[in-house]
Amino acid sequence: MSEVAIASRIPLDEYAALLGEGEIDELRLLAKPLRGRSIEMINSTAVGGGVAEILNRLLPLAEELELNMRWDVMTGGDDFYGVTKSFHNALHGAPYHSDPKDFEIFLACNKRNLARLPLDAEFMIIHDPQPAALIEGRKKNGNHWAWRCHIDLSHPNRQVWDFLEKFVARYDASMFSSPEFARELPIPQYLFYPAIDPLAEKNRDLDPEFVAQTLAHYQIDPLRPILTQISRFDRLKDPVGVIRAYRIVKRYFDCQLVLAGGSASDDPEGAEVLKEVQQEANGEADIHILELPAWAPLGVNALQRASTIVIQKSLREGFGLTVSEALWKKKPVVASAVGGIPVQIIHKHTGLLAHSIEGTAYQIRFLLSHPEIAAKLGENGHEHVKENFLITQKLKRYMTLFLAMARAK
Amino acid sequence: MNTAETPFEFFTVSYLTRIGNQSAGTMTEFLRGLHQCSDASIFHHTFQTLSSHHFLTEGFSNDFAQWAHADANREDLAEQLAALDVRDYLSIAALRSDLCRVVGDYCTANPGLSEQTALERFYFCESLEVTLPFGLTARTMEEFRNGIVHLSHASFYFHFLSSRLRLQLQTNDFSHWLANGLGLGTLADSVNHIDIYTNTLDSARAKVLRLIDRERRKG
Repeated sequence: MSEVAIASRIPLDEYAALLGEGEIDELRLLAKPLRGRSIEMINSTAVGGGVAEILNRLLPLAEELELNMRWDVMTGGDDFYGVTKSFHNALHGAPYHSDPKDFEIFLACNKRNLARLPLDAEFMIIHDPQPAALIEGRKKNGNHWAWRCHIDLSHPNRQVWDFLEKFVARYDASMFSSPEFARELPIPQYLFYPAIDPLAEKNRDLDPEFVAQTLAHYQIDPLRPILTQISRFDRLKDPVGVIRAYRIVKRYFDCQLVLAGGSASDDPEGAEVLKEVQQEANGEADIHILELPAWAPLGVNALQRASTIVIQKSLREGFGLTVSEALWKKKPVVASAVGGIPVQIIHKHTGLLAHSIEGTAYQIRFLLSHPEIAAKLGENGHEHVKENFLITQKLKRYMTLFLAMARAK
Repeated sequence: MNTAETPFEFFTVSYLTRIGNQSAGTMTEFLRGLHQCSDASIFHHTFQTLSSHHFLTEGFSNDFAQWAHADANREDLAEQLAALDVRDYLSIAALRSDLCRVVGDYCTANPGLSEQTALERFYFCESLEVTLPFGLTARTMEEFRNGIVHLSHASFYFHFLSSRLRLQLQTNDFSHWLANGLGLGTLADSVNHIDIYTNTLDSARAKVLRLIDRERRKG
């Protein structure tokens, strides 16, 4: 079977304590006309990656609301995933060397999945390019199909997008993480933000003692300002640029830098970038380069909570949920104005945006000089996340979409 | 205690943001967009954004002003756009007309600046609204108070702010019913004067409840 089993339900009452009864009542009201009506989510992986992480949290919530939502994963061989990886990069604007075989492999795999997936739910949500051609299996019963694109399509490779667009245009609706990522399409395009779960280990409240132990474990001084960037060691996250910004700040403030990311041991490029970062740090004691285990939600949570300022100095970014994670913890954030970050950071209201190493350093210095402004940005950021980027809001958007699509027919 | 003949019916509302096909990188393109975008887009970037950013009580009033400030770096224009108060408008057409006048005057006075490229483009979006009955009605002040306590932010915003456009009156659902259902004109006026720009939705709701409680104590 392709259906993904979800382990545990999350009582809605636990969210009510964080968000208020009114918000939860509203979820129940929206769910009421959808009870008993089937919803099917389809993506290409059950583990790893942001989509799987979100669906893992979304389905138990949907179950709490008595929604009939299932999650199926398409299957494919190495050749298919090789092709979709190159499509993914090409859609992000990377060079792509056309090979007609790629399109054949893509279509053949989608065709095989057409035969094994039910595709008969009233509301079909297809995630990302890999299963986009499943629209070929649309039943004549007039069910509703929507395509959720999690990637940045602002500068796609023309050939790959032209190929995909033929399928996407046949859906009833599409969803993107930022208006910038959308394309001109003949179907409605909606803004759907990724989301964090406030009750997940990465975001839930922590005992201050645990946070202190984490700092002690990594030999980070809790008494001096801590600047943190949590990101895998990837050039697009510009960890070297973060060190250079830190060095400018360090001339004015006795602070520390934490660069924490997943282990680079099984990622050749990650290992290379990590080496560059270590070279740039040059053994400086106040620069803590932490290779975290692949799954270390509590460690990430503790480091974010211990930070004075959280940095996200990406050169390109899909959405950058680490920003929402930091804002949820009421941390002041200095981040690059790229991808979905400006949606989360409303400049001077929920954080500060920068466009260069020098700009990043200046905004950090400004916040270290004005802790009261930093605290206000953190408070506002928390409210912004609560209003827009929590898993409960995501489910609400889905339910609103289902109701809107059903009414449109 | 007064009992209204026509009950107040509470609704819940949910919004989706629909991404339009228009965007602007310069002030001239921005003005063109303001002229050409849908009414739903003007509503989204002024009324609706006030709901989704309600916790910002300093310096944020609408998306247009925020873009002029943060991306186009036109502080003087941003101030003028921020000064437009949605509560002064009974129609989107009138609001659009004033937005176009302010930006148009700026472009005429600053032809060179109007062609400069902003840091980020402005994307014109729309709100798609789905409403459902909340399952609560009120005929008395007590029932009314109870309903307001239980509303979500979106529902409170729907009745308190976006209702002005629906009613085409300089009032809101709550004040309209207090005046016409319960005959409490003074209370209705006080509720209508709560400043949504300097309050969050939570603090505005707390003020509505305080005003109701004061009225109940009088009775």
